[in-house]
Amino acid sequence: MGWLARTAKTWLLWELVQGLLLTGKYLFKKKITVEYPEERTPLSPRFRGLHALRRYPSGEERCIACKLCEVVCPALAIYIESEEREDGTRRTTRYEIDMTKCIYCGYCQEACPVDAIVETQIFEFATENREDLYYTKEMLLAVGERMERQIRKNLEADAKYC
Amino acid sequence: MSGWQQLLAWIAEILAIAISVALSVAYITYFERRIIGWIQVRKGCNRVGPAGLLQPIADMIKLVFKETIIPAPAHKVLFVLAPIAALAPMMAAFAAVPFGETTFFGLWKAAHVMAIGNIHVGLLYVMAMSSLAVYGMLLAGWASNTKYAFLGTMRSTCQVISYEIAMGFALVPVMMLAGSLNLADIVHAQEGGFWHWYVIPLFPMFLVYFISGAAEAARIPFDLPEGEAELVAGYHVEYSGMWFASFSLAEYAAMILISLMTSILFLGGWDAPIPQLAFIPGTVWLLLKTSFFVFVFIWMRATFPRYRYDQLMRLGWKVFLPWTLVWIAVVGICIYAPGISRVMDFWLAWR
Repeated sequence: MGWLARTAKTWLLWELVQGLLLTGKYLFKKKITVEYPEERTPLSPRFRGLHALRRYPSGEERCIACKLCEVVCPALAIYIESEEREDGTRRTTRYEIDMTKCIYCGYCQEACPVDAIVETQIFEFATENREDLYYTKEMLLAVGERMERQIRKNLEADAKYC
Repeated sequence: MSGWQQLLAWIAEILAIAISVALSVAYITYFERRIIGWIQVRKGCNRVGPAGLLQPIADMIKLVFKETIIPAPAHKVLFVLAPIAALAPMMAAFAAVPFGETTFFGLWKAAHVMAIGNIHVGLLYVMAMSSLAVYGMLLAGWASNTKYAFLGTMRSTCQVISYEIAMGFALVPVMMLAGSLNLADIVHAQEGGFWHWYVIPLFPMFLVYFISGAAEAARIPFDLPEGEAELVAGYHVEYSGMWFASFSLAEYAAMILISLMTSILFLGGWDAPIPQLAFIPGTVWLLLKTSFFVFVFIWMRATFPRYRYDQLMRLGWKVFLPWTLVWIAVVGICIYAPGISRVMDFWLAWR
């Protein structure tokens, strides 16, 4: 009888029908597509996107030009030059990140002793030419000003796990 | 009808079928993408137009405006002719396919068969035309003068020729029961509800025909000519733009043709499954059955992995061919064996 059942299964394409039924079942399952520009997936507070340079509430730049981020950057994407300011503090004169080189590892954010350089949740900053992906200090500070509330919120959300 | 009236009628018939086949091909590509998407728990293309319904139009416009690149080492004339050689026989095969019967809203007294040419050897004609399409693949691969295209060509030629034999033999029992090669006669022989359909006495032949049809149309799981993992795209690797589209047009037209033929030969064509449902026009039934088989082709594509080449050859030559031969003998014996012959008379059209 086992022989007969096996032969019948072979000739009735039983295994193939089973496969078809499985895919047929998935035909009616709920679809998981996220239609991106209209729908978005939630982002983690730790999301590593476009960089921002932050300021203190007084308006003073946080960055003290310690160059830890430049040292730690594995992609060598950060360029810093610094000088002494009139009040005797050390500040950057040049702080630039080449976004085409950056690998978004987040080491600069981790290395920073004053939380000056952070990565925001912005991931849509495509440009029409590569030059625009070279972010200067002004651009990074502008991102920081624009995103300060969200940066603060994300840092607070993540603080208890640090 | 006078000469020019006849000519106009023919042109109208040819256009009616050619345009609907081309449109069906366009929308089968759309439904293929949607259905495979749904099976993979995705939504599929839904951006161009409502529910993505204009996607095939957009694809067509894109393909028409793309440059057709003719490689320098290719045989120019054959390279250009090959897609036509692949497409033309496939379209020509539709000439003998009957799409139903009509009295033209009561204008004609007798019901006419809706086919461009309701010829007596319709079955052989369709088989012959779908076999001729292999020349398109052959020429395409050879004229491309590339090793991948050539390997794809050898595979597809070998595959199509091998499976044609099993396919032809699978249809012999149909001819034996119907006693005719005319497709309309074969449908008439199956009239009167689904228990008269040839799928019941000839179920194994139905499977063999449909599977061989998948091989003939080079559809998954038999799409070795295009095996993209090892051959990039097979015989049409050097083609681009509209010439490339002609090949996929031919492939999808072959798919429609196989589905139509399966419906006509095994599922009673335009015959309603139960006589009470005969008030629905026969063409609707035929197209419903055909759509179901086209859906099965797409379903199979979303389910099965590709066959290995030696397994493909083994299936064609060592399984299908002997099996069809055995079944021809079985049907032949059943038709004449005392006792069983009376059972067979139920399906037999000529005794």
